[in-house]
Amino acid sequence: MTLAMREALLAFRRSPMLSALSVTTIAFSLFAFGLFGLVAVNISRALTQLEDRVEIRAFLADGTGAEPTAAALGDIAAFPEVAAATLVTPADALARARRELGEFSDVFDANILPASIDIRLKPGFRDPATVTDVARRITTYDFIEDVRFGEEWVRKLNQIRTVATVAGGILGLTFAIVAIIIIGSTIRMAVLARAREIAIMRVVGATDGFIRRPFLIEGALKGALGGFAALVLTWATNALIGRYVFDAAFFDLRVSLTGILAGAFIGLAGSALSVGRHLRHV
Amino acid sequence: MIRFTRVRKEYARTGVALADVSFSVAKGEFAFLTGPSGAGKSTILKLIFAEEFPTSGEVKVGNISSATLKGGKVAALRRKLGVVFQDFRLLEDRSVEANVAFALEVTGASRATIAPKVSRLLTQVGLASKSHALPRELSGGEQQRVAIARALVNDPVVILADEPTGNLDERATRGVFQLLRDINATGTAVLMATHNLELVRQSQCRTLEMNRGKLVFDSAEPTSPEGA
Repeated sequence: MTLAMREALLAFRRSPMLSALSVTTIAFSLFAFGLFGLVAVNISRALTQLEDRVEIRAFLADGTGAEPTAAALGDIAAFPEVAAATLVTPADALARARRELGEFSDVFDANILPASIDIRLKPGFRDPATVTDVARRITTYDFIEDVRFGEEWVRKLNQIRTVATVAGGILGLTFAIVAIIIIGSTIRMAVLARAREIAIMRVVGATDGFIRRPFLIEGALKGALGGFAALVLTWATNALIGRYVFDAAFFDLRVSLTGILAGAFIGLAGSALSVGRHLRHV
Repeated sequence: MIRFTRVRKEYARTGVALADVSFSVAKGEFAFLTGPSGAGKSTILKLIFAEEFPTSGEVKVGNISSATLKGGKVAALRRKLGVVFQDFRLLEDRSVEANVAFALEVTGASRATIAPKVSRLLTQVGLASKSHALPRELSGGEQQRVAIARALVNDPVVILADEPTGNLDERATRGVFQLLRDINATGTAVLMATHNLELVRQSQCRTLEMNRGKLVFDSAEPTSPEGA
């Protein structure tokens, strides 16, 4: 393994231009994928922020006592889909209406708004079917006069998320395939450039495994370096967008490390395929 | 030690390269393979070091048969052979020393054994003082000596030399040939393909003459000119 590592590192020194070209190609292929990832992360964040606003409001009948209200609050809060259930008194409702509709604040009278229980759902339970189901269960309390949750808005939001997920999946897969093809071709070029060396290694009795190992290490190193460079480029782009356009979200540490590892894996897989193909045909 | 039994080799594009060739080379023997270009000399050498496999018939090196030779065994076979080419086939970006050591490294030999062995072999081929030179800094004859040192590094039972003097001037040719004779004198068999008939005549060694894929003359069996 030490020899394989030494040979892999020597390959960088012996053909620095080709190695730099490989790393650059890998970096830009993964950068394109990274930019797509950045868009996906930000769309996802925006949708999540919108979904955070999915709320069910259950209006209480006038004169509902504190005891049944508290019991209902406890029951609803215990629903597995519910993140929080809050009692909004008529005074709270008035204050909120004045806050949200400032220019009409003077038209509100103290007694026109009913008390309500505002229910926020946990992430993953904000799709139209779940929201409708929770709303239906809440209407079973006889002191609940009306339940509203913006059915149409929830449905459209869900549609947008579905479209974004499908489009993102297809685009992501396309970008990944293109990156793998480009990286594979680059590594194939590196293998072909060393065809003579491989032929000599075979003549002196090197096994295919021995020949393959330095190429695999080299491919993984190039992939990891390319992945790191792509991450830096994506981060710089994100910083520029953050400075001049809007505050965009960036990948967390786990995703960033996964990106570098993915680069290493693509480099390794590309090398394995290229060397394997070469060894089968010579 | 090397035995060809009714060996036929056909290529899809160029047709028959060897037709019903049978001969053997004994341990410690020195034999020339002669004949015009395209006669099948290189094909014979390739069949011995398993770069090619016979279409029919059997090639045997020691107790390794082409009929059962697969995968990892090919590498094991090649470690018992030393192969020298007309174009030297050295790694251009490595020193003389590294080129020779390389053939030992692929076998997994330890560093402690590699260094003294490489040094001894470079002394044997007369290149001890140029161990740090790159191949391009050497003459053709010197490069071929490096290739021979590399071929010897695994203590092969036979050296296969494919036109080893083809790119060399007369003086270098004599030097390389003498080196091969010296190696042969230590018990290593040598099978050398060559166009150099003058060298063949002067040496008085066994000669296997090929023509159009057939063994047409074997000086060890002069009464069977059309091959065994």
